[in-house]
Amino acid sequence: MNINTTKIISLLFFIFSAFYLYTAYQIQVFAFDENAPFNARTFPIYLGYAGLFFSGLKLILPDPNTIKVDHKSLEYKKTGILILIAIIYGATILKVGYFLTTSLFLFASYYFLGERRWILMFLLSFPFVAAFMYLLHGILDIYLRDPFLQSIGVMG
Amino acid sequence: MIEGILIGLTTALTFQNILMVMVGCFFGTIIGMLPGLGPMTAIALMIPITYGFDPATGLILMAGVYYGAVFGGSTSSILLNAPGVPGTVATSFDGYPMAQQGKAGKALAIAAWSSFAGGTLSAIYLLFMAPSLSKVSLSFRSPDYFALMILGLTAIAAFSSKGQFLKAMMMVVLGLMLASVGQDSLSDITRFTFNNMNLTDGISFVLVVMATFAMSEALTIILKRNDPTSAAKQVSLTELGSIKINKEERTKMYKTIPRSSVVGFLIGVLPGAGATIASFLAYGMERNVVSDEEKEKFGKGSVNGLSAPETANNAACSGSFVPMLTLGIPGSGTTAVMLGALLGFGVQPGPRLYMTNPEIFWSIIMSMYIGMVILLILNLPLIPYIARILAVPKNYLIPLILFFSVTGIYVMSFNNFDIYLMIGIAVVATFLRLYDFPMPPLILAFVLGGLMEENLRRSLLLSNGSWEFLWDRTLTACILATTILIVVWHIYKTFKRKN
Repeated sequence: MNINTTKIISLLFFIFSAFYLYTAYQIQVFAFDENAPFNARTFPIYLGYAGLFFSGLKLILPDPNTIKVDHKSLEYKKTGILILIAIIYGATILKVGYFLTTSLFLFASYYFLGERRWILMFLLSFPFVAAFMYLLHGILDIYLRDPFLQSIGVMG
Repeated sequence: MIEGILIGLTTALTFQNILMVMVGCFFGTIIGMLPGLGPMTAIALMIPITYGFDPATGLILMAGVYYGAVFGGSTSSILLNAPGVPGTVATSFDGYPMAQQGKAGKALAIAAWSSFAGGTLSAIYLLFMAPSLSKVSLSFRSPDYFALMILGLTAIAAFSSKGQFLKAMMMVVLGLMLASVGQDSLSDITRFTFNNMNLTDGISFVLVVMATFAMSEALTIILKRNDPTSAAKQVSLTELGSIKINKEERTKMYKTIPRSSVVGFLIGVLPGAGATIASFLAYGMERNVVSDEEKEKFGKGSVNGLSAPETANNAACSGSFVPMLTLGIPGSGTTAVMLGALLGFGVQPGPRLYMTNPEIFWSIIMSMYIGMVILLILNLPLIPYIARILAVPKNYLIPLILFFSVTGIYVMSFNNFDIYLMIGIAVVATFLRLYDFPMPPLILAFVLGGLMEENLRRSLLLSNGSWEFLWDRTLTACILATTILIVVWHIYKTFKRKN
């Protein structure tokens, strides 16, 4: 059976809208606001219904422009690895510091995407991040938290 | 107005601001040139840098990026037949055949001059139109604004890809839903936070832009790396030929540019329309008005066919600033990003902007002229060198985009949760993109969400909870009727296509 993914996404959106609507009705408002013409839950309730309406229409109405995606040609593995590296990057950036994690993130990403020119990979990670940090922190005065550089006394 | 122009010139012609226009144009040209990355990505990546500047300088930088990206998009259209931005798709119809005939340099020069002329003419239109529209829009009330926002959101959905209206409307609703997370602006009651303190202040605009554009663009490029349909045939990037335009070609451009600039500007002003529609319309119009002999050349390297969309897409960029600056309602996804950035600076665009912050209002308009001149100076002599940027390997480009995205969030919040949330939204956005769910309506809705709720609140409170405010005023009723027409027409078309 050929499953139309757009319809599945619409169904998921329908369910999501229903959940959103349910949550909107659960929003606690002040007692004096309960019967006011407009309170904190009014707009979300309309949005919930709008979501149900449009996703419902998408489910019911014919889909003349069915999108066919050739999953075999898609690079799921590399994309997955890249997302994983980004998550690790996000998890360590505050504890380890901007310079080291960003440089390692860039270096690892180049590597997993198939790059093997080591010198170029190095130049576009460690010195590049240092220059970028100087631009943000040194010139534009944007604070960058970096416990690692602080611990070795490079950053104040 | 003269006083305003002088204020604008004084602000725009400072060394720092000229430098920002140059940097913006250069950076925008490079990003716009890379297939798949458009002005929204370029502007999103620039947001962290603008934190270090005052609002006028920040916006001047972003405006430069915008023009640069639109121009850069035409370079990849002409040389690779792979438009960097949707607004330059029509450019490839005649630009690429011209490049295949060994006239790539000439095609790029025609594109550069047409962009320059289109941008400059439309900046003149903007100069006269923006203040008058600001005065008119002072009479707008909350119901009118609410109706206008609904119209803008419906229009951007209607003008998205053919047959994707409902998908775009779903994205609009999703954008509004994301905007509703966090504290209610009036009562401070938290909504949809699920007791997570990180969501109390809502989801950051920069986070959503970075996730849905920069990061998801990068992931999509990697995901589709082996897709045979996305592989582009390449014109030699080292031998582009002469960039000189002869007299006959110039004569053709003199006729095409004024009419295309008017079409481009007017389309740009319409909420939801933009450079893409403007360039297609100008291309179609040009084909209808030229001689039969010239008509035959369309699609095979016509000068008119190249000049018209290039003029129109740049004119539309200026046009899209009109609703943003005068009404505070962005006309396109790109100006929505800029509006979000302006709100981040604490500046509220709208009819009073040119009174409360004249330096911002006028310096943006003035910087457009400067931007156009810089783009021309930058692009004409540097064409052969800039073209080589197209050969930048994706192995380097993608990690750098991800790095800029994470940095943007990191410097803003110093919070791991925001980085995870961004990655999560980016993954969902990448999946949605695969199935042609458009992202600009989501961004526009996200930016307008708060304003929309505020105007609905005021309207409902003033009318004591009655929805009569929607047809009490003629203006509100007209705007709403247009919106209903658009929705009904698109649903009817979907039914008709089936039958």
